[in-house]
Amino acid sequence: MTPALTAATARRVLAQLRHDPRTIALIVLLPCVLLGLIAWMFHGTPVLDQFGPILVALFPLIVMFLVTSVATLRERTSGTLERLMASPLGKGDFVGGYALAFGVVAVVQALVVTGFAVWVCGMDVHGSLGAVVLVAVLDAVLGCTLGLAASAVARTEFQAVQMMPLIVFPQLVVCGLLMPRDEMPTVLEWISRAFPLTYGVDAMQHLAAGSSLGDVAGDVAVIVAFLAGAVVVGGLTLRRRTP
Amino acid sequence: MGNEELATAVDVAGLTVRRGPHTVLDGLDLRIPAGRVVGLLGPSGAGKTTLLRAIVGVQQVHGGRVTVLGRPAGAPELRRRVGYVTQAPSIYTDLTVTENLRYFATVLRAPSDDVDRVLDQVDLGRYARTRAGDLSGGERSRVSLAAALLGAPELLVLDEPTVGLDPVLRRDLWDLFGRLRDDGTSLLVSSHVMDEASRCDRLLLMRDGALVADATEAELLARTGADDVEHAFLALVEEGVR
Repeated sequence: MTPALTAATARRVLAQLRHDPRTIALIVLLPCVLLGLIAWMFHGTPVLDQFGPILVALFPLIVMFLVTSVATLRERTSGTLERLMASPLGKGDFVGGYALAFGVVAVVQALVVTGFAVWVCGMDVHGSLGAVVLVAVLDAVLGCTLGLAASAVARTEFQAVQMMPLIVFPQLVVCGLLMPRDEMPTVLEWISRAFPLTYGVDAMQHLAAGSSLGDVAGDVAVIVAFLAGAVVVGGLTLRRRTP
Repeated sequence: MGNEELATAVDVAGLTVRRGPHTVLDGLDLRIPAGRVVGLLGPSGAGKTTLLRAIVGVQQVHGGRVTVLGRPAGAPELRRRVGYVTQAPSIYTDLTVTENLRYFATVLRAPSDDVDRVLDQVDLGRYARTRAGDLSGGERSRVSLAAALLGAPELLVLDEPTVGLDPVLRRDLWDLFGRLRDDGTSLLVSSHVMDEASRCDRLLLMRDGALVADATEAELLARTGADDVEHAFLALVEEGVR
């Protein structure tokens, strides 16, 4: 892995996005629209304050997962990945470049979505707002890296799109959003601990209730570990030689 | 010059590649001389692309040995010395021509003025700022070729680079290949168009994963008594059948 090549790859991915303003608009605006709908639906109730931060972490994860898995799959099917695998570019440069580029997008997305939730929808965060943004960014980057790892398994665009429900939905069901985790059957509670989204939701629940960044440091550390793990898996599943 | 003529760019020994239940290449042996334009001719499905991919080091192989510029194919130190053009243009259609080439130049650690040099070589200077997706198929494949010329690799492996090009452009590209050869580059160019044989210094004829002939065009025509490479190919295949 070479920093200059990782950076060049990240710049190239960002240049591709720059040529596609509609995708940027979708990445940033779609979570806002969804959040706005929920704020409108539950207007006058404390639902937004309670669940808003969770959604701020959740929507970016799903959106970034989809964008990344399709982008990398396109790279596989267009032959550009084969060209790169025949070049001095390291596998880590490829995965790292994508994670870096979409990480930048994730920061923009998290800032806009959080700002929209707080200032437009009137979401009231009792805990640290900075920590909410941090967890949202980490979750969005986690979505990228999971998407990278998933696209390695997918052979076609159809499969890549199906990876989203396969990888994200089970996490959604047991992450504590539908039912508090301590009320779940024990086995499901155990399973929930193996999923990264659980820690993002846990952190956001605490932040909504008034916790500071220090209180959710454990959750943040676990998310970062999953993120790093997904980058490694993404790199390992890349093959210089293919059948 | 005499010694250079003997130098070997690629040495393939007993190369076996299977894809699913099919054996695409079965113990293939061949040698590609350095500093020559070698044409790899054969019908679609002959195993040309598989052979080229094995030489570049992106093909999973199941037996045999491929040596490129004295190193095992795919060795990290070869990745800057070997340029590869895939059959379908492998460029980013959502980037401009220059953005594509700048990225690949960085990856190959080619000097920054190399982008303009290769654009000139493939005669695409006027499209430098055009989005690659807005170019025609033939123009895209020339951008793909330009990317492989970055960093002036010692060996160029080109998979059907002239497909879909008009005759004038095809002639220009073959002229370019000749100039690169004169500068000391080794070229391996695949084609399913037999009439491109006359532009090659040496020919490898492939069919069904096996080598049918390894000769110059003149040798081939003399041996088979045919008027052109197409008929020579037919004669050799029929001879093999008998």
